[in-house]
This record gives sequence, C-alpha cells and structure tokens, in this order.
Amino acid sequence: MFAIVVGGGKVGANVTRSLMELDQEVVVVENKPTRADHLEEEFGHRVVHGDGTELYVLERAGITRPPDIVVAVTGDDEDNLVISQLSRERYGVKKVIARVNDPRNQPHFDLLGVTPTVCPTQRILALIEHEVPEFDLVHLLELRNENLEIIEVEIDRKSPCLGRSVEDLGFPTGSRLISVVRDGTAEIAVGATVLRDGDQVLAILEPGKETEVRKILLGR
Amino acid sequence: MRAIVIGCGRVGATLARTLDEEGWEVTVVELDEDNLSRLGPEWRQPLVLGHGMDAKVLEEAGVEDADVLIAATDGDNTNLVIAQVAIRKYGVAHVAARIQDPARAEAYAGRGFHIISPVKMAIEGLASWALAAGSR
Repeated sequence: MFAIVVGGGKVGANVTRSLMELDQEVVVVENKPTRADHLEEEFGHRVVHGDGTELYVLERAGITRPPDIVVAVTGDDEDNLVISQLSRERYGVKKVIARVNDPRNQPHFDLLGVTPTVCPTQRILALIEHEVPEFDLVHLLELRNENLEIIEVEIDRKSPCLGRSVEDLGFPTGSRLISVVRDGTAEIAVGATVLRDGDQVLAILEPGKETEVRKILLGR
Repeated sequence: MRAIVIGCGRVGATLARTLDEEGWEVTVVELDEDNLSRLGPEWRQPLVLGHGMDAKVLEEAGVEDADVLIAATDGDNTNLVIAQVAIRKYGVAHVAARIQDPARAEAYAGRGFHIISPVKMAIEGLASWALAAGSR
C-alpha cells in the first residue's frame, strides 16, 4: 500500500511511523521547515517539505500515481478539507481520511462529502458522556455513511418502560433494541424481553429517531 | 443589495467601502478587531467579530438573507470552504472567493462560485505588458 500523510505533527508522525513499521510505503508532507527537518532525521527521504494544499507539493509527494490512501491530519480544518477534496476529486484517490480539529467544523466535512473523518475532541467527549451521570443517553458509535448510531441508555425507576416488554413499547421504524445488560450479563433483546430498573440497554437507530427513542425509554 | 464580506484586510475593507458607497447593505466579518479600523471612522454598517468558517458567525452576519457573499480572508483554503458552505448550505445566489494560488484557483473552477486570483491577474498583466513592450 502507498499512503500520503499530510501534516507531520504528533498525529501525522505517529501514523507515518506505524505505517513504516507495517512495511507500507509512506510519504509525509510537512510545511514548517524546522518540523520537516526534525521529521527527516527519523523518516529520511519519506519527508516532503511544503504546503500540502499546494498542488505541486502534493504532486512531489506522488499523488498522481495515485496513492491508495491520503491522510489529511494537519492542525487546520480548512487545509484538511481542501487536501481531501483535491485528493479525491482532482487526483482520483479512492480513500481519504481527514482529521477534524474543531468539532464545530464537522458539518462542513459532511456537507462537502469528506468522509470518513476522525475528531479526537468528539471522541473524548463521548467517553466523558459515559462517565458523567447527567448524560442519560450515551452515543457509543456513529456510523455516518450508514446514517445509523448506537446508543446506550440506563433504565431507571422513573422510566415509563419499566415492566413492559420490548414488543409493547412501539419503537419507531428506523430504531431497534439490540441488547440488555442486567446484573453484568448481556442478553440479545427480543420482543418478549421485559425491561427492569437498572438495565443498560443498547439500541441502534437513525439519528433522527433519538428524541422518540429517548421518550420511550426514559420518558424525557 | 445585501452583501457579506468575509475578511477585513486591504482587499476586504476596500471592497466593503466601495459597495457601501454604492448604497449596498454590507456586513463585514473579521476575526481580528484591530483590522476593522481599515473601514475608517465613518463606517456605520454591521460588523461581526469571528471566524468566517463558523456557521454561527455566518448566520449572525445574515447569510440566510444575503444576495452576495465574498470570501476575502488571507487564507485560500478558508475562502474555499466558506464559499462552498455559502452556496451549498445557505444557497447564497452570488458567491466569490479570493484565491491567491493560481493552481488552486484553477482546480476549484466551475463549482458555482466566482474565483478572483490576484496572483494570476498580476501574472497575466505583467506578461501582456512585457510581450507588448518587447514587440515595440
């Protein structure tokens, strides 16, 4: 596999190193001269100096071959967006992964069709949700392309679904219970599964169905 | 006409003043408060402090009712993203972006927004001057 990594910061350098250890062909593009020199000590000829949003720099890195994958992981979202668009639309790169630095820019990546994306801030927030009791509904996994998400909800004493079976709850189309964890044991949810206080429930749903599902499970 | 000018550098500020003199409603979006002085002491039209890629900032500037949006920050990629968001998310009828790099200007041509490349204009101007001078 041939990969071009644009952005040689902590993320880019580590991705480059890992790909090298896996014996994959990789080139890393870095704009800042001091940083590029530093990278060169470790990665040698695999480093290309220059602005990875300039076409001639990308071409020097070998984008016309084209690479199997481009990884846009600079610290600027506008740069990652442009690198991704140019790679895919101008050079026909099949797979592009982009980093989202500011979660508020995620809608721009979605709007411009840049996917998949990785947003470390969003990931950390999702993990915090899991630990903070105020979050009664935790997003475990977002499947953007499939337009589905997996959520976790803990059923409490006030929940309107207590003592009722899954088939009676009337989940909307586009949503389904997956499993129930009770006393540390997980069970696949079936129609006859009756929900109890303290149950941890996993559900898969279209993001638009979240309010309805929350209402059924938590009553709020 | 209602226009939004993103970026209040030399280009953005002068452009905003020109449109203002023509009687347009002009809202200027700028990240750095110090740059707003380029508009001069007489400026009375709305100013929004913030980054032009921030959807909230664009909405505060009235992007939903704007006829014209011009992305004139000093960042080519910022302008490219703002221009595409203005068209595809907000449906602004007339959008232009300033793109210094001629290669990127060419790569993004034909995407529904107007591109002004000052570098390309300088190259073309100087080349035609040189060729004309050489043939005299």
